[in-house]
Amino acid sequence: MLRSLKLRLIFYGAIALFAIILLMPTVTSQLPQWWTKIFPTEKIRLGLDLQGGMHLILGVEADKAVGSYLERVKNNLRDDLKEARIPVGKLEREKNDQIVLEFSGDKEKVDKLLADRQYAVMRELSSTATGGGITRMVLVLDSAQAEQTKKNAIDQALETIRNRIDQFGVAEPEITRQGTDEILIQLPGVKDPDRAVNLIGQTALLEFKLLDEEGNLDEALKGNVPEGDLILYQRSVDPQTGAVRRVPYLLKERTLMTGDVLEDARVSLDTQYNEPYVALEFDSIGAKLFEQITSQNVKKRLAIILDNNVYSAPVIQEKIAGGRAQITGRFTADEAKDLAIVLKAGALPAPVKILEQRTVGPSLGQDSIRQGLISIVISAALIVAFMIFYYRVSGVIADVALILNIILTLATLALFRATLTLPGIAGLVLSVGMAVDANILVHERIKEELRWGKTIRAAIDQGYHRAFVTIIDSNLTTLIAGVILYQFGTGPVKGFAVTLSIGILANIFTAVYITRVIFDFVTLKVGVKRLSI
Amino acid sequence: MELIRPDTRYDFIGKRKITVWISAVAILVCLGSILGHGGLRYGVDFAGGLLLQIRFPNPVEISEIRNALETMGAKEAMVQNFGGANEFLVRVEKASDDIEAKSRSIQAGLKERFKDKSLEIRRVEIVGPKVGSDLKTKALWAVGLSFLAILIYVAFRFHQFGFGLGGIMALFHDIIIIYGVISIFDIEYSLSVMAVILTIIGFSINDTIVIFDRVRENIKKMRKEDLVTIFNVSINETLGRTILTTGTVMMVVLILFFFGGDVIHDFTIALIVGLITGTYSTVYIASPVVLFWEEHIVKRRKRR
Repeated sequence: MLRSLKLRLIFYGAIALFAIILLMPTVTSQLPQWWTKIFPTEKIRLGLDLQGGMHLILGVEADKAVGSYLERVKNNLRDDLKEARIPVGKLEREKNDQIVLEFSGDKEKVDKLLADRQYAVMRELSSTATGGGITRMVLVLDSAQAEQTKKNAIDQALETIRNRIDQFGVAEPEITRQGTDEILIQLPGVKDPDRAVNLIGQTALLEFKLLDEEGNLDEALKGNVPEGDLILYQRSVDPQTGAVRRVPYLLKERTLMTGDVLEDARVSLDTQYNEPYVALEFDSIGAKLFEQITSQNVKKRLAIILDNNVYSAPVIQEKIAGGRAQITGRFTADEAKDLAIVLKAGALPAPVKILEQRTVGPSLGQDSIRQGLISIVISAALIVAFMIFYYRVSGVIADVALILNIILTLATLALFRATLTLPGIAGLVLSVGMAVDANILVHERIKEELRWGKTIRAAIDQGYHRAFVTIIDSNLTTLIAGVILYQFGTGPVKGFAVTLSIGILANIFTAVYITRVIFDFVTLKVGVKRLSI
Repeated sequence: MELIRPDTRYDFIGKRKITVWISAVAILVCLGSILGHGGLRYGVDFAGGLLLQIRFPNPVEISEIRNALETMGAKEAMVQNFGGANEFLVRVEKASDDIEAKSRSIQAGLKERFKDKSLEIRRVEIVGPKVGSDLKTKALWAVGLSFLAILIYVAFRFHQFGFGLGGIMALFHDIIIIYGVISIFDIEYSLSVMAVILTIIGFSINDTIVIFDRVRENIKKMRKEDLVTIFNVSINETLGRTILTTGTVMMVVLILFFFGGDVIHDFTIALIVGLITGTYSTVYIASPVVLFWEEHIVKRRKRR
């Protein structure tokens, strides 16, 4: 501790001034320009429970990214086998990371085909002759590749979601990774939570697949799906009755094109029906691919599929060059806009699941701020009044410390960009209570020492000396609880831990050092003969 | 000003024969309630599930909302009044993988049903099964670790075993009482209630430390007096501080209770209980344990 009273006064005064400077941007937004040039302009950040908004934790189902990776390998393999004229019985994905292949004929031919670089990620697990010249082979995906695929999926999901939110337009969103496969999203002030959830959570996998017009749809619906085909549905909601209609389609399983070749997606208005639709524009690779697909399949039907939902299945009238297509489907304006956003930002490499969602509406946040402020003001006023009533002049000194305590705590919040939550306000109020305790400990002790006949100076010295240990003890135990709470808590509770812990540190400083310097000043410089306590 | 006159000499410790029984009964009642209810009632934070806070501009009968939920097939949803007659909590206390979809259908259903009453959805909390059980584990660790950390601190601060034991017994007592009261009043065990329990652990030991510090100071001063007198003197000497501090903190907590809003109601109730039991346990749990230890165990050892 600094010995010279003057130095101490200057030092503590500077700290108090610095704290007040830090708080100014929070108090008023009309600071002069020279001020904002010199001093920090960081305001205290309010938690989502106070300003309203949405907190989301998403789990990325990274295993599914491995599955769809394998699905692509399998489809390529089927084509390659067909090209090499190897008769294939069964070709299926099993578990998450295996492909089971049954073929007849020479194994060497298959081995040769699998030696191709694109199949290097697959390892032959077993191959057994099942009789009749048929070989059953099990291929397994290399585990390092599987891990890499998962990691990429999570990275890419994070990036994609960030893009979507950027385009959706939320002020100061927070998107971070949590643990290995979770994404934490904080969206302050979101007005339509459902829409935001839809936009973020949608996989948005756009696929183009051909209809299998030779296959029998009715038979397929009974369970006899032709090899290499699948059934998907077109889901449409009648805007008047709200009734949901599901139309089945028999499609070729092979995906001709996906949304990664998209250059742009925009909302346009169909002038004839006055209905919005999403106009797609492919990049150069996509445009070429689309031209090729359409030229090879004239008069066939091409299904446009989003997340396994068939949106439309128009007949290809002629070769389409120029790389443009559109998605129609009775959208509202918002739906079309959101669809354009997700398509442009790209598909999520794996579906995400909402593990936790907490949304606070703006009106509730307003109420909480108001109630929090009222609580702080009333408790501060009552305590200040009580301390003066009970300890007279010394009470005023304690009050200076109390108010400084609040200022220091809030300034620290602003300085470290910590977030103030509703439980955080409670923590602040509570630390004010603790601050009172520290002051009472000191004052009661000084009174006792005076009663035992000590001089004012000796009583103050002894009072602080004796009370110091107790103050440290009592604050330290609560601080332990606060720090542990911070480590384990989430969101609002963390806010409680933060303000309580900062408040306690501020408390030790104000109750022990600030009040002491004032007492010293009053007794040494002013030279009072009787202590009003 | 003097709240407590310096020569005050209440015989606190003399009453310990009665209060031991009071404490014992209170602990039994609390443990009984917890066991009887089959543990604590975990809120949405820990159990997982759905919580909706809805408000209407004008009062609405609670049965109307119940009916609405029932007709839309959400029978497991519970409704309760929250604050005034126009604000309600709807909750589904079951974590399932489709809880998010359930939340959407309930929200859409309520909005549709109360279209003409301009329903406002003010708060939505959805906690999936994984997050819920994660939080439960975290909470257990948090309470356990802070307890342990404070145990270590107390052991380190009071070199004498008897004092350490007294402080720890007082902590145990307080935790049992708080959990008991939560159980008796059927308060939901949520994240914020857990936060209070940690705070109370800190608060309660704080009070004990103040009085024990004074006792150890007085042991040096009053060499001729017996321990019971020293404890009584110490408690009386710090009585002013105890009343003032507990009083002001209680005042603050009561303000939070009345003005802080319904969202932190449970939080403040737990604080009020913790404050009372924390003060009580110092005088009537921690001190008697020290006395018992010093009078029966330490003396007997010396006699041998």
